[in-house]
Amino acid sequence: MPKLTIADLQKIKEKYKADFTLREGGYTVKIIVHMGTCGIAAGARNIMTAVMEEIAKVNRNDIIVTTSGCAGLCAKEPLATIELANQPPVRYCDLTDEKIREIFREHVLGGKPVEKYALVSGCETTY
Amino acid sequence: MEKVRSHLMLCAGTGCVASGTTKVKAALEQELAKKGLTEEIKIVLTGCNGYCAEGPVMAVYPEEIFYQKVTVEEVPALVEEHFLKGRPYQKLMFREPEKKAAIPGMKDIPFFKHQVLRVLRNKGLIDPEKIEEYIARDGYQAAAKALTEMTPEEIIKTVKDSGLRGRGGAGFSTGLKWEFASKVTSDVKFMLCNGDEGDPGAFMDRSVMEADPHSVIEGMIIGAKAIGAHQGYIYVRAEYPLAVKRLRMAIDQATEAGLLGKNILGSGFDFELDIYLGAGAFVCGEETALMRSIEGKRGMPRPRPPFPAVKGLWDKPSVLNNVETLAQIAPIILNGSAWYRSLGTEKSAGTKVFALTGAVNNVGLVEVPMGIPLRTIIYDIGGGIKKGKKFKSVQLGGPSGGCIPEHLLDIPVTYEDIVATGAIVGSGGMVVMDDNTCMVGTAKFFLEFTADESCGKCTPCRVGTKILLDMLTDIAEGKGKEGDIATLEDLSRDIITTSLCGLGQTAPNPVLSTLRYFKHEYESHIHQKWCQAGVCRNLTTFWIDEKLCKACGACLRACPAKAVVGEKKVPHKIIQELCVHCRTCYDTCKFNSIRILPAGFEGDPHEFLSKTAVGAKEEK
Repeated sequence: MPKLTIADLQKIKEKYKADFTLREGGYTVKIIVHMGTCGIAAGARNIMTAVMEEIAKVNRNDIIVTTSGCAGLCAKEPLATIELANQPPVRYCDLTDEKIREIFREHVLGGKPVEKYALVSGCETTY
Repeated sequence: MEKVRSHLMLCAGTGCVASGTTKVKAALEQELAKKGLTEEIKIVLTGCNGYCAEGPVMAVYPEEIFYQKVTVEEVPALVEEHFLKGRPYQKLMFREPEKKAAIPGMKDIPFFKHQVLRVLRNKGLIDPEKIEEYIARDGYQAAAKALTEMTPEEIIKTVKDSGLRGRGGAGFSTGLKWEFASKVTSDVKFMLCNGDEGDPGAFMDRSVMEADPHSVIEGMIIGAKAIGAHQGYIYVRAEYPLAVKRLRMAIDQATEAGLLGKNILGSGFDFELDIYLGAGAFVCGEETALMRSIEGKRGMPRPRPPFPAVKGLWDKPSVLNNVETLAQIAPIILNGSAWYRSLGTEKSAGTKVFALTGAVNNVGLVEVPMGIPLRTIIYDIGGGIKKGKKFKSVQLGGPSGGCIPEHLLDIPVTYEDIVATGAIVGSGGMVVMDDNTCMVGTAKFFLEFTADESCGKCTPCRVGTKILLDMLTDIAEGKGKEGDIATLEDLSRDIITTSLCGLGQTAPNPVLSTLRYFKHEYESHIHQKWCQAGVCRNLTTFWIDEKLCKACGACLRACPAKAVVGEKKVPHKIIQELCVHCRTCYDTCKFNSIRILPAGFEGDPHEFLSKTAVGAKEEK
């Protein structure tokens, strides 16, 4: 490591921001991929991978991803729920790789829920 | 850039490593790889989390789910349930002793809920072996501020106004100490850190050094600037190998990053830091002895004055601060003295870390604002007394401290209030004792320690502690004499007033404080040959109250000497000639039918006990 200056301290802090958003809270978007047995069988794993790739692409520090169990609607798996701060969470169903990427662009980045894929809006929040 | 969605903060403090962290980590890695989760879930080894009794412990972020007693066998199920399917794994969650429901969230667990973290601000949140993670949590910002924006006078004023007092035991104002040393003119001065934590049961300094070594280094840089020192030493005992390893690593990283050495952060200020390993003598925690030890001489104290601020290490002006004190400096400089004073009391500001141990349900490291009642620490954070037993006393301040009885549990924890009870805050060791503890035995335990650790330089301490110990041993063995109590009190006062250093000046505290609150126990040991707690073997007769005995056979089976006789539906009886006074039957009986009588008791036990109204175990 080269000798640091005071400006470098701030740069290091910025660089690690994603890690500490995860540990300290302070995220603004939470994406939940439902990964019960039904979800996994229907391809939730691919949905998760797609989400992770999209986040990596935009390099945003304030988005977190978690998994949760079966939401009780096994026929409509894979499911994912997206929660933007101060907005009702939206649950999407029958997802595919393409659909989740579109949702990511429109809803997560653009702030507009994608109604055509939505199952329900305003389901139980986890905030 | 890879995106990581979850961090597993696995505790790698000494306690959890001893309980199996290394194996658990390997199992987690293997299992995550098997499920294809390696890329998105990151394992971070942290310093001590504080909840040592239930280790290895692990916190999962962002959900902040807390797992305890994680074993290799449980890892596959844990990974599948939580990390694959997103269902937090109940089996490894915290449960309150009386209630069965699992508590998933770390913030909801009473042990964590009542704590306020300043010293331990990075506990479980950073990897102590990575300087970047410390910097990411505002690390070295305070050093930057102190080195480039503040004069030594401004630093000293901020620390003085904060009300911070030395956390090593004596509670002397840190700012004042710095001021004394800064006013002495000398070409060479030393900034020293006392990591020679020696109190039995205290481990907060080790934890800070292991979990957040950079916080100590940063405090030292700021102190060095305040007093004008360019060389520092951290004195740490060799018995703390993990702390030594992490400190070494931290010093190397800081030096490489230009945070130690010449021209720190381009400010023009130089400060070199080295580690000195101590051999573990208790007396080397005393400042003058510690400095002799660094000089390579035998660690023995010398009379003060001159104080180390004037003549310390190699006769140069020196400041010695405790680990916990130094870890508080950076946030004080960043946030100001008023922020620090927002917690605690007028004379005891801020927070203090306590090592809570003994007969409480939740054993571990706790940081609380000063001024909260002892009861809150023991019952709300500690979860009360183990096995539903009754509280008897809490020992504060290690071998220099004293025992505080039940009726004083509501006093606030401040330097002054604790001293008024005859104990001291000390370094913060807090040993809770239940009603099966003999207070004569407790005093004897601490005197064994101090008599052994006395360096021998001055007579009152060398000879006095040995005489105290011999007398306590006699009393515990049934050889106590009339007048012993007065002699103990006199001798204790003499040792306190005439000893050279803090070791001797405080060594009799355990005797005096137990005499103050539990004199009746000494009296019954001496006059009645009766240890009511059933600990001193020579001073007990175990007897089964036939009216209470349910003839269940539990004590009969448990007795190692086969001294209990009886059969179904026939109350049991102890054959005194065979009894070895081990107390096994007493601890086994669920019906409180076993009573403790004086040694060689003759007569009617019912009549004797009804007169004294003690000797019965409290209702469970």
